[in-house]
Amino acid sequence: MTAATTQTPPDRGEPIPGTDALVNPRTLVDTVLRARTFGIVVILVLFVIVTWLLQSSFLSGSNIRFVLSDATIYALVAIGETFVVLTRNVDLSVGSVVGLSAYVSANQFQAHPGIAIPLVFAVGLGVGLACGAVSGLITAIGRVPSLVVTLAMLYVIRGVDTIIVGPGQVVANSLPNSFINIFQATILGIPDLAWVVAAITAAAAFYLRSYRSGRDLYAIGSDPAAARLAGIPIGRRVFGAFVLSGAIAGIAGVIWATQYNTIDATAATGLELQIIAAVVVGGVAIFGGSGSVAGAVLGALLLQTINVALNVLGVPSLWTTPIAGFLLLVAISMDRGIQLRLSAALRKRRAHLGA
Amino acid sequence: MHEVVARTRRVRGLVAVVVGLAVAASIVASSASGSTTPRTARAAAGLKTGLNVYVIPKNLGNNYFTVADSVKTGGALAALQALGEHGTETSGSAATSASQLPAIQAAIAKGANALIVSATDPTALCPTLKQAMARGITVVTYDSDAPTCRDMFINQASTAAIGTSEVDLLAKEIHNTGQIAIVSAAASATNQNAWIGYMKQELKKYPKMKLVSVVYGNDDPTTATQVTSGLLQHYPNLAGIISPTTVGIAAAAAVLDTKQYRGKVKLTGLGTPLSLKKFVNDGTIQAFELWNPANLGYLAAYAAVNYASKTITGAAGQSFKAGKLGTYKIGADHTVLLGPPTVFTKANINKFNF
Repeated sequence: MTAATTQTPPDRGEPIPGTDALVNPRTLVDTVLRARTFGIVVILVLFVIVTWLLQSSFLSGSNIRFVLSDATIYALVAIGETFVVLTRNVDLSVGSVVGLSAYVSANQFQAHPGIAIPLVFAVGLGVGLACGAVSGLITAIGRVPSLVVTLAMLYVIRGVDTIIVGPGQVVANSLPNSFINIFQATILGIPDLAWVVAAITAAAAFYLRSYRSGRDLYAIGSDPAAARLAGIPIGRRVFGAFVLSGAIAGIAGVIWATQYNTIDATAATGLELQIIAAVVVGGVAIFGGSGSVAGAVLGALLLQTINVALNVLGVPSLWTTPIAGFLLLVAISMDRGIQLRLSAALRKRRAHLGA
Repeated sequence: MHEVVARTRRVRGLVAVVVGLAVAASIVASSASGSTTPRTARAAAGLKTGLNVYVIPKNLGNNYFTVADSVKTGGALAALQALGEHGTETSGSAATSASQLPAIQAAIAKGANALIVSATDPTALCPTLKQAMARGITVVTYDSDAPTCRDMFINQASTAAIGTSEVDLLAKEIHNTGQIAIVSAAASATNQNAWIGYMKQELKKYPKMKLVSVVYGNDDPTTATQVTSGLLQHYPNLAGIISPTTVGIAAAAAVLDTKQYRGKVKLTGLGTPLSLKKFVNDGTIQAFELWNPANLGYLAAYAAVNYASKTITGAAGQSFKAGKLGTYKIGADHTVLLGPPTVFTKANINKFNF
């Protein structure tokens, strides 16, 4: 499932060796990326502290576990979406993929009682891979704007979902406890799934930083024409990004089933916009070429923290949506401010070093 | 997205294909699921056959409405089939008036004789529904009413009975004492707000029970999960939750189904037995209630066909036959009541399959 295994052609697999930090432009890029992530961390911490001062139960063990596990699906899908957005594309079909995968995979317990859980995950992965491959093929080979392709796929996949589900639904009673426990299980008080997300984030970040095919995604998003001149196989890379996004959404669908247990054809409707919000809040440029998976994951965590906090604070339900939107604007503005200050500071330091 | 601009010529053909695909997709999305009933004309006394009847739930893909509407479950389309009418289920994909309105307009344009609508909003649909009525199309609401713009309303259960009985169910479980909260659907949902109104009245009978919060899960599992979890953190002494919506109660049950909360925070409300079977059997829920949604759709279909055939005018005191359900009498305000809700507990839940 990790990017490194699916994306790297064998001849380009070796990490690029590190070179002199002061001359290497990659290190400069890294610094800026770290600065972007740093801004979100600051905002997240500030937000948590303010909420905790208002309502101390916000930092109770059970609530921390809830926030972390509730953010799992968003964080996972945001990682896949980041790969696509880096290439100056967008995948609007992820919500429908999660919904279709959730039903088709969890329904296996009804269709084949006693089926092994890894097989159910494989079914979800298969659904995701298939959806991602279709979006990727049309976008990459047809060179059609992915906005249009994936918007169409959003409706096609949701339509298929509605037809497949028909008058049925997956109910909690048909799911084995060992499956439902996947969502609830913890190690050292932290949900299992949060550890998994952290591991996948690290693997994806390593791949994007250290493998040529990973760097290619940034090159494609920064300047497609230049990337083509440089001999980067744009079609193959873009296709790969969509397949990965689909695959992750497929897995996220199975996790959706472990969390919500009751699944009809409306599962995960509208998820795509929250994912894109998370990716953008996380500092991934919507026109491609810059950003990090860690940022996107933190963006997802920040959005879910805001949603949960407003509920924990007892904000009247009618107000949560506009307030969440307003807090998003504040977060983006603060992040922008921190980024400007940091880059100014970096410039100063570099000037000193030069002198 | 931008790389394409330079290659417009080579791509034009494909763009056309994809635009076509998108159009096809949105057609699928907006007017999805057309389970048309075959013609098996078997006219009941004085009833017209071959009527075009459109069943328009709040949204498609919502299991509650699928049960209420489909042939397989014996819902509205099954009744229409038995009566020899052309029944079609149609709606939008989201439970909002913006999503439902195009489906209603399309049904009118396609020559509907009768519409059976669960209103996403009590007023927003009115201009369109009134336009339909002006053209002589029968408009029957079921599940959720639009009181000023329909010919008849099929009420699943008396609003007062639902509201008061849920408070009574919860009161028994928490021994008439403690903080309680309500996890509702959308803040604008007609039926939800009417039930909550009666719940508040009924709570006056229980001075030691205090309603601390009403939150809205918007019939979306994600939102319902978050608001429920928020309640548990904000009110650590919460004794019970009422969720009068099938999506809300299932999401709340999944949140409460942990060692920490199971059986300690009581949950009741309206839900389908199949979706809550696990939670009743493991002790997360002791009792909840619901009418039979398939019977609701079935009754709405008979009412609509009777009205469209002019065998009834909706006036109070008239009665009509509703197939297997027997004879129903029309009450005040052009309303027909399905009957008292069924209470589901560990003792009877395994008997129900919807």
